[in-house]
Amino acid sequence: MSGFAIDPCEQCEELLQPFLDRDLSDEERALAEKHLDGCAYCRKRYRFEAQLRRFVRQAATEPMSPELKTKLAELRTPLI
Amino acid sequence: MGETAPETEARRLAEDARDRVRFEEEALELADQVYRVARRMVSSREEAEDLMQETYARAFRSWRSFQPGTNLRAWLLRILTNLNIDRGRRVQRAPDTQPLEEGDYFLYNKLEESTQAPNPDEERVIERLSQDDAVSALSAVPHDFRDAIVLVDIGDFSYNDAAQILDIPVGTVMSRLHRGRRILKRELAERAIVDGGDAT
Ligand SMILES: [Zn+2]
Repeated sequence: MSGFAIDPCEQCEELLQPFLDRDLSDEERALAEKHLDGCAYCRKRYRFEAQLRRFVRQAATEPMSPELKTKLAELRTPLI
Repeated sequence: MGETAPETEARRLAEDARDRVRFEEEALELADQVYRVARRMVSSREEAEDLMQETYARAFRSWRSFQPGTNLRAWLLRILTNLNIDRGRRVQRAPDTQPLEEGDYFLYNKLEESTQAPNPDEERVIERLSQDDAVSALSAVPHDFRDAIVLVDIGDFSYNDAAQILDIPVGTVMSRLHRGRRILKRELAERAIVDGGDAT
């Protein structure tokens, strides 16, 4: 593996999404973790990404109206 | 024989009714979670509410085709996604094929610049975004990419479930998700910069 031979932070940036998705091979994961241990620049950006996902998820969640809930319940097959 | 048959038939009908009632209750318990995804797959609340009613009407009608023990939430969303496509509600746009110059650190770098503080914490950086920005940025992501984000990042579905719901290969889910998240961050960066300019 040539690993982080060129620009380590750029390589680390490429691993951000699969890292958070737990979708890296053991070697890739170890490589990212080793870099993150020594690089505050990338560490901040990884932490930010995790927070961003929670933020978007929370912002995008809109509760269902009680009226809709009632309408859905009324679609049930009537009991004879 | 002739005497026991009606009794057996009655028992069968009773069991069937009980299974159906249980199915309907389980489906209704999932409605909040299904709606969370439905709401972001279409552009308005009204559309989401119509789609939910059509989905549940169809689900209750075809409850026998659900295999007990499999993922009911994914089954409901499969119906919802198909209805959404059938009704032509989805305005089919050409997928975003512009090259994405920005990498995954782009949004952070832009937001960090706009805080005008040296080396801020990531908590300060995320405060540059508003909830409204997040909602409008998400709706600006083209459908195919957005559906993947909505199912995986908002609906908590696995890649496999998302692939089955959308009827596309798992690899396609992953590539749409990666690209979709980058498009989302580009949209967020645009909004945050505009807001930042207005605020200060
Ligand atoms: Zn780095």
